[in-house]
Amino acid sequence: MKKKSWLQHLKWLPNKPALVGDLMARIVLDKIVHSYDRNPDETSEYALKWINSIFENEGAYALLGPSGCGKTTLLNLISGLLTPSKGRVLYDDMDVTALPPEKRNIAQVFQFPVLYDTMTVYDNLAFPLRNRGVPASQVQTRVHEIAEILDLTAFLNKKAAGLTADAKQKVSLGRGLVRNDVAAILFDEPLTVIDPQLKWYLRQKIKLIHEELKLTLIYVTHDQVEALTFAEKVAVMHEGEIVQTGTPKELFENPEHTFVGYFIGSPGMNFLPCTVDGSVAHVNGTDIPLDKELADLGRKARGKLELGIRPMYLQLRSESAKGGVLVKVQAVEDLGSYKIVTVMLAGRPIRVKLEEGLPVPSHKARLLIPPQWIRLFADGLRVR
Amino acid sequence: MLPAFIIVAFSAIIPLMTVVNYSIQDIFGPGQAVYVGTEWFEVMLGNHRLHDALFRQFVFSGLVLLIEIPFGILIALAMPKQGWGVSACLVTLALPLVIPWNVIGTIWIIFTRPDIGLFGVGINSLDLLEVPFDHTAKPIYAWITLLAMEIWHWTPLVVLLAYAGLRAIPEAYYQAAKIDGASSWATFLYIQLPKMRGVLTIAVLLRWMDSFLIYAEPFALTGGGPGNTTTFLSIYLVKLATMQFDLGPAAAFSLIYFVIILLFSFIFYQALLNVGRGEKA
Repeated sequence: MKKKSWLQHLKWLPNKPALVGDLMARIVLDKIVHSYDRNPDETSEYALKWINSIFENEGAYALLGPSGCGKTTLLNLISGLLTPSKGRVLYDDMDVTALPPEKRNIAQVFQFPVLYDTMTVYDNLAFPLRNRGVPASQVQTRVHEIAEILDLTAFLNKKAAGLTADAKQKVSLGRGLVRNDVAAILFDEPLTVIDPQLKWYLRQKIKLIHEELKLTLIYVTHDQVEALTFAEKVAVMHEGEIVQTGTPKELFENPEHTFVGYFIGSPGMNFLPCTVDGSVAHVNGTDIPLDKELADLGRKARGKLELGIRPMYLQLRSESAKGGVLVKVQAVEDLGSYKIVTVMLAGRPIRVKLEEGLPVPSHKARLLIPPQWIRLFADGLRVR
Repeated sequence: MLPAFIIVAFSAIIPLMTVVNYSIQDIFGPGQAVYVGTEWFEVMLGNHRLHDALFRQFVFSGLVLLIEIPFGILIALAMPKQGWGVSACLVTLALPLVIPWNVIGTIWIIFTRPDIGLFGVGINSLDLLEVPFDHTAKPIYAWITLLAMEIWHWTPLVVLLAYAGLRAIPEAYYQAAKIDGASSWATFLYIQLPKMRGVLTIAVLLRWMDSFLIYAEPFALTGGGPGNTTTFLSIYLVKLATMQFDLGPAAAFSLIYFVIILLFSFIFYQALLNVGRGEKA
């Protein structure tokens, strides 16, 4: 599946794509601010507060965040369905902010399958090509190629309306892939309506397309498992801002913002308000030892300090053991391969993730907090 | 079950059976009736006047559907999607629907009068016509007035239904069509029209039945004239039943009327719901 071979045919197409011969996919978002009000001012509600991002060519990105944080708005700005209130969208250094979606080299897959009900699967896949005046023989070749990749060949002559939800989503995806001028595909929570056992299969297909066709993928989701397994880099969004972009490992081990710590991981990071004095953190009268460098930074930091520690790094010993902090065991949830134990430390609930087989003390216990996994946050931002 | 059955019995079945009873008898007066079997049905099916009225009725209903449905869809497409304009349009459009039907006939009589009617005076002052315009001067004038009145009266219903259907289409379809590079016509043909299938079925069926049954408006406007050029089926039927007091033939005719409407409603329904649908994959 070579992209280059199609390029020579593009020259005589009546609706040439915006950039020919150098199909871009480096997407830059420059100082984007967006509000749904027609003439926004300081008092308006802003869906996107300040976005500066770069999505590199051939990368697989996820936009992860809770509902209402602005992910779909951002996706629609990239694809051109929305024009930003302020700021620019650049494809390979070319300003495409004013360019309509059909002139940009992108395809978008929506949350529910969007098909032309009265047409067959073949006609659905051929539709974008026919609109651009591609001759019938080429349309046929291309549609069969895409149908082959997506396992849709058996359905080509069936009416699109009669298919199952996952097949319909494949057709939606196929309509995006069938155009040979597409360099980036944008997904807006596409697996929402798919049965769980088929989600895995579709995820594999999307990954396959990414590897074979070398397209940039941007995948919007509120499901962190989807984001972390699918993407090379994840951008976590919160209330209209991208709080951190990084690999799944970076986001997990080194969150830059308390929201990232809380949102990533199941369950999320534990947070304890604290003050730093000497080489310990004081939490409501209890002392927790810190690494020297972290303690130094903590003493210099200004603002509301919080101590963050992930449940999987904590350990529980019996009450009589040495070391650690005395805690009260509140509740135990058994989830099969692991347990979540809620303990009270100086009046604050802390969750501990224990693998199955490890003993769970009752009533009182000693909580071991390894200093190398402690993270400090001042006013929500990581102290470095 | 029983309460529903009793209500349906009183409102539909018993009156219907009365009509069936009349249709198989020759009624000379109260209490004087002779059983004649299917004779009235044969007579009515062979009746010249009935054939003419039936033909006129089909032409009328056909024209009504051909003009009202596309016109209604066009207006619905042109209406605003949000804001105060929506309410303004909906209220203005609904006005013709709430006027009593006899009054509508009267409005159009006055509108087309050659002495005081806006249209009548207007078109006669242009001096283009051989015979000056009056809504019963020539059959063609009567038909034009009748059609104009019917379209003015009922297109708003089609508009309201079509508008509701359009508003129900999720935005994502239009977005996907934009990305696919579809023209406005393609968007209309492949997204809007198929998604309006349900409401359009209702609109077509309602307009078909109402126009085929039409009575008050043409009767008020032309009384069936000039001559019998606008005598539609229902006007002829009423003439038979109440003026000539031929209850037997009228009852037989009513049943035939009922069957024709049912048959065509069924055909329209099946056609509209199944066009473009394929077998399940």
